[in-house]
Amino acid sequence: MRRLVVPVALFAALALVPRLAVDVPYVFQYGLNSPGTLQLLALCLVFAGLALSYDLLFGFTGLLSFGHALYFAIGVYVAAIAMTRWHWGFWESVGFTALVGLVVATVLSAVSLRVTGIAFAMVTLAFAQAGSILAFKNPYKWTGGEEGFGVDYHQLPAWTVGILNTKHLYWIALVYAALVFAIVQWAVSSSPGHLWQAIRENELRVQVLGMRPYLYKLMSCVLASFLATAGGVVYLLLLGGATTEVTTANFTLTLLLMVVIGGAGTRWGAMLGGFLYTYANQRLGDLSSSHAVESLPAVISTPLQQPLFVLGVLFILVVFFVPGGLVQLFRQRRPKTVQRLQEAVQR
Amino acid sequence: MSTFLLLSITGLGLGAMYFLIASGLSLIYGLMGVLNFAHGAFLTVGAYALWFTESKLGDVSLNARFLIAAIVSLAVATVFAALVELLLIRPLYGRHIEQVLVTVGLALVVTALVTAIWGNDARVVAVPTWAGNTTTIGGAHIPNDRWIEIITALVVLLGLELFLKRTRYGLIIRAGVENRAMVTALGIDVRRAFTLVFAIGGLAAGIAGVLSSVYFTTVDPQHGTALVIFAFIVVVIGGLGSLRGTAMAAVVVGLVQQYANYYASSGLGDLSVVLLLGAVLLVRPRGLSGSFA
Amino acid sequence: MAGLIEVRDLHVRLGQSHILQGINFDVPEGGVTALLGRNGVGKTTTLRALLGLVERSGVVRYGGADITHMATHRIVQRGVGYVPEDRDVFSVLTVEENLRLAERDGEVRYDLVYDLFPELRERSKQLAGTLSGGQQQMVAIGRALLNDNRVLLVDEPTKGLAPLLVTEVARVLERVSELATVLLVEQNLGVVARVARDAVVLDTGRVVHTGPAKELLADTAMVNRMLGVG
Repeated sequence: MRRLVVPVALFAALALVPRLAVDVPYVFQYGLNSPGTLQLLALCLVFAGLALSYDLLFGFTGLLSFGHALYFAIGVYVAAIAMTRWHWGFWESVGFTALVGLVVATVLSAVSLRVTGIAFAMVTLAFAQAGSILAFKNPYKWTGGEEGFGVDYHQLPAWTVGILNTKHLYWIALVYAALVFAIVQWAVSSSPGHLWQAIRENELRVQVLGMRPYLYKLMSCVLASFLATAGGVVYLLLLGGATTEVTTANFTLTLLLMVVIGGAGTRWGAMLGGFLYTYANQRLGDLSSSHAVESLPAVISTPLQQPLFVLGVLFILVVFFVPGGLVQLFRQRRPKTVQRLQEAVQR
Repeated sequence: MSTFLLLSITGLGLGAMYFLIASGLSLIYGLMGVLNFAHGAFLTVGAYALWFTESKLGDVSLNARFLIAAIVSLAVATVFAALVELLLIRPLYGRHIEQVLVTVGLALVVTALVTAIWGNDARVVAVPTWAGNTTTIGGAHIPNDRWIEIITALVVLLGLELFLKRTRYGLIIRAGVENRAMVTALGIDVRRAFTLVFAIGGLAAGIAGVLSSVYFTTVDPQHGTALVIFAFIVVVIGGLGSLRGTAMAAVVVGLVQQYANYYASSGLGDLSVVLLLGAVLLVRPRGLSGSFA
Repeated sequence: MAGLIEVRDLHVRLGQSHILQGINFDVPEGGVTALLGRNGVGKTTTLRALLGLVERSGVVRYGGADITHMATHRIVQRGVGYVPEDRDVFSVLTVEENLRLAERDGEVRYDLVYDLFPELRERSKQLAGTLSGGQQQMVAIGRALLNDNRVLLVDEPTKGLAPLLVTEVARVLERVSELATVLLVEQNLGVVARVARDAVVLDTGRVVHTGPAKELLADTAMVNRMLGVG
């Protein structure tokens, strides 16, 4: 019970944010309950949830996947296509997206899990690349090719559309993050969850004990992918459109960065990493055109204008000096992240 | 027939570039167990060094300009790769996964840096005229740069094989790919071999960078990343750590990509390569050569 | 009198297993010291720990110098030859290349190696992966002898060999023991009886007996209890 106190308090506090007409200088450009800030926070929450879904695979089950972006992209694209190209209603589209996400996740995971370690990573990369190529190719003019397309907002529920309703989108994102947290916590402490962690530690031993790791890994993959697809739908609501950026290998790599910076396989690490990374990515973009940065000598200000440069350097520094991720700074225990990742790749 | 010939030669040309990148990746993984995601960065660094040097040599003749720039480019890529190993990889010796993560970070950092300094747009590279011309064989008009790519790749393949078979470090690397611990148990400091292998990888990637600049006639921040993904696929299909396997796989991938793009539909070539990887891995997880470091 | 190798409170952990739980023993210079014990007690791990091939804690001294935190290649360069349990010859290299790889600075004794193993000279160009077990063992021992090593760590050299070859190996070990100190892990007690001067017995990660080899082997009750032959 005690373990619930912190999360509940935290999410409850976050739920109050749209009611707070407060200014936080430097941290946010506008007031806390302004649409701009709420949009940013909502984005951070979506990625917090998405990063945690990735960590389920990676930090908890020890599966290094380079294709997680695919399921997120399915969430974004399928829902967008259903509403905009086929003119379906919102709830039908969402339901259909959930179904597609589930089926694709099950089929692809079943196939990918036939191999392990590096081979598994490469197969997931391959499938995701295939999806990305498909999106770029623009079959039947559905995906909008390289530029993507905007969703037909007539199909979206009225209370999600328009600047004044940003706070509703914020709450949706918050609910998403909270749900992912709850589901992952529950899954990890359930008996299949214990098996996932056992598999991560020593798959051979699990086999020797008579259990079939394959089924459990499949469970983990499908759950993680489904959570990602759900995140994709929320993302679509937030951004109002689909772009190919979410289908790239680069995107999955940024998830990896989020999880490692935060601390893989820990309770809060992935969410923290996802939240902070997204925040930094946005704000660095704002900051780079600010007066303070532009007045710095070109050698320093030029690289700073690329958020990915700063985040990449931060990532490298974390790997070198704080391998357990930022959460390690809050604990005294030895970082387990590294061990976990090692195990993931050594199969 | 002439189309088929053109496709085949182009496919081989592409395969040549994939091989150049993949050979370094394969050696690095085979010897060190490191998946070097920064390999694309070596290529990018080399390519931009080429463009930058050229732009500074304004009033020299085109051929000389290109040649000098190419040499500078190779030197820069090699030194860069060696420095990466010394400063980023070696300190993490024994911590495999952190080594891989660092290369991921480096790849992103280099791309971002290049974009920051020179922007996202492609920059044109001045290419010697005869490379831009075509040769006609069997009715097919084949751009000359394809020949350069194929010949270069063959030369590099030969050079690598000679290096591995005839030199002491080559011996150490061959042994190390099979059993690194035993090499240290013979009193050999493998870490020097690591730096060397990274430098070789950098050199090969640099060559690929020069060639890709000729092939595309431009440099841009995304070339490295795009080519490296295919190089990874080639390495895995060919069998990690096997040079011959990598060469075979590079040829197969280059050809499949060209044929599928033309005979099926544009864009399907890339897809088929990806499907090929999936198929190979599921049927024969050890790749074509059967080795799996 | 200090031993050539001195081991104090050596601990080795691999994952959850505490394989070596505080080993103490000495290897005196000259002659063969046998490291005995049932399967899985940690004999191979001890050799690997001496070489720094596994993470260890405690103190290991070799020739008076503290090598506890020294890198493997440095330790080996101080005159240590290693013949691993599975031979670990490089199957993709030829016999000649396997030997050449082992060359270190200083005198290399190809004459000695080819004198002991004439077959290696005949099979110079053969890939080591195509050799029989016995021939691979020759390569493994040969490359440890190539340099003028002060000590040889030899791990179960007769494992999986036909009786004729076992006698061969024993003969070679006798010859070798005149040239260097040997720490020998061996399950074949006949070989041990023939070549070993001292014995150290391990049981589940601890040293349970040290003393002259002949005395130990003569005491059948102790042998049965500690080496579990029965």
